[in-house]
Amino acid sequence: MATTDHGVTSPGRARIDARTLREDRWWLQPLATFVVFSAFVVYATSRAFMGRDYYASPYLSPFYSPCLGDCVEGASDFGQPFGWWPLSAALIILIFPLGFRMTCYYYRKSYYRAFWLSPPACAVAEPHASYSGETRFPLILQNVHRWFWYAAVLVGLVLTYDVLLAFRPMPAEYAVGDGETSGIHMGLGTLLMIANVVLIWLYTLSCHSCRHIVGGRLRHFSKHPVRYRLWTWVSRLNGSHGRWAWYSLFSVAIVDLYVFLLATGTIQDVRFF
Amino acid sequence: MGYDLKMRVWRGDESGGELADYTVEVSEGEVVLDALHRLQATQTGDLAIRWNCKAGKCGSCSAEINGRPRLLCMTRLSDFEPTETITVTPMRTFPVIRDLVTDVSFNYRKARQLPGVQLGPRDADGKRRMAQIDVERGQEFRKCIECFLCQDVCHVVRDHEDNKEAFAGPRFFLRYAELDMHPLDTHDRRELAQGAAGLGLCNITKCCTEVCPEGIHITDNAIIPMKERVVDKKYDPLVWLGNKIGIRNKDANGRTEV
Repeated sequence: MATTDHGVTSPGRARIDARTLREDRWWLQPLATFVVFSAFVVYATSRAFMGRDYYASPYLSPFYSPCLGDCVEGASDFGQPFGWWPLSAALIILIFPLGFRMTCYYYRKSYYRAFWLSPPACAVAEPHASYSGETRFPLILQNVHRWFWYAAVLVGLVLTYDVLLAFRPMPAEYAVGDGETSGIHMGLGTLLMIANVVLIWLYTLSCHSCRHIVGGRLRHFSKHPVRYRLWTWVSRLNGSHGRWAWYSLFSVAIVDLYVFLLATGTIQDVRFF
Repeated sequence: MGYDLKMRVWRGDESGGELADYTVEVSEGEVVLDALHRLQATQTGDLAIRWNCKAGKCGSCSAEINGRPRLLCMTRLSDFEPTETITVTPMRTFPVIRDLVTDVSFNYRKARQLPGVQLGPRDADGKRRMAQIDVERGQEFRKCIECFLCQDVCHVVRDHEDNKEAFAGPRFFLRYAELDMHPLDTHDRRELAQGAAGLGLCNITKCCTEVCPEGIHITDNAIIPMKERVVDKKYDPLVWLGNKIGIRNKDANGRTEV
């Protein structure tokens, strides 16, 4: 690396030209993060703009839930207040989960490292000449994370409701045998949606802002025993926040893909009863 | 079983220096500091190393081993292959004095800028009281041995010398958090943490937590809670509204801004 006057080669510091002396595969993690996140962004963006194949009764893709635009019949369980919206209905609500994840403390760490290389890994010099962190626009907006958390709780409730709806009887065209369209239904889609909503809740409730709101903001735990108890629970979940962030990212994509494959007639739902 | 360890050690001072190659005999169970001491005793009598306790508690022997900030006395040779060359350099964020010794006075300046605890009045019997769970909360932060590896690895100052003026660093955000969570402290440090200490410069990439030899969850338990406390104060309209209409968090009563 060329000698500079701003980083590890600043005057006064030990003169070592290498930007890092690390010999392990420090680049592997940011590279993997970059590839997986990029793949998800490409997939989610294409699905969100597609505006079709998001509902295969009784399953609704999480990208389109709640479906508030001009949605296909049966998909809108909360009405269509944005029925005039000319674009895909996903674009109306995706801003909330997207904003929640973009401002998430875990995701920030991941994408600052993998996409902005700031830093690419610990003790590996970043390529930027100047750095202002989250002190200025637009990154100062990361401070609105808790507002997206409030919205994420509502989205979580809606997705939970979707799971209940996924137990509804399937329409006649999906019937594979006598009497299978009546009564409660459960298929692979229902299972995937249950797994998804559990992971979404684990991710949402393990959030650092949630941890702060339930009790972390207090100065006297002793005066708020219930909030202290909640804080200890959330703290335990919070230790695995990154894991829930990844798992729930995958589960959302998998449920959407499953619904897409059903809606396009590529596969048939695996039905248990 | 002893073996010959190949080492590269940075030798020099502020005017310049280079990595020098050595071979030193080491024994099973030794740490990197042992190897350096043997090197000093047998080949390089003038090698400068700062060390004290050799037990991971004084925070003196901070350096970088194979590019990673670590304590020399807590890095076992058994973590490396016997055939591997171990590279030892001084911390690359602070000015070098000589060889492996750096000038860490940046941290002392930052410590002086941080207002100490200001306790409120005593109880009627002349004592001060804290409940056990409130005492326990700050104990994690008090494990800090001030090795300054977190300060060394933090890219905000490591990669940007010009940020040293505006940025206190993870070790001091730990202190800010400890005091802000202290039930008896009467200072409100949120504005100061955001302003003078440069909390907003931190982009929570967690390297401080990764290198902490005491295993303190610096990011999750100190920096992020401190950022959230700043949000309470500056960026949360609900809290602002609560203050306006009198539904205010009583926890902050009796605190004054510093």
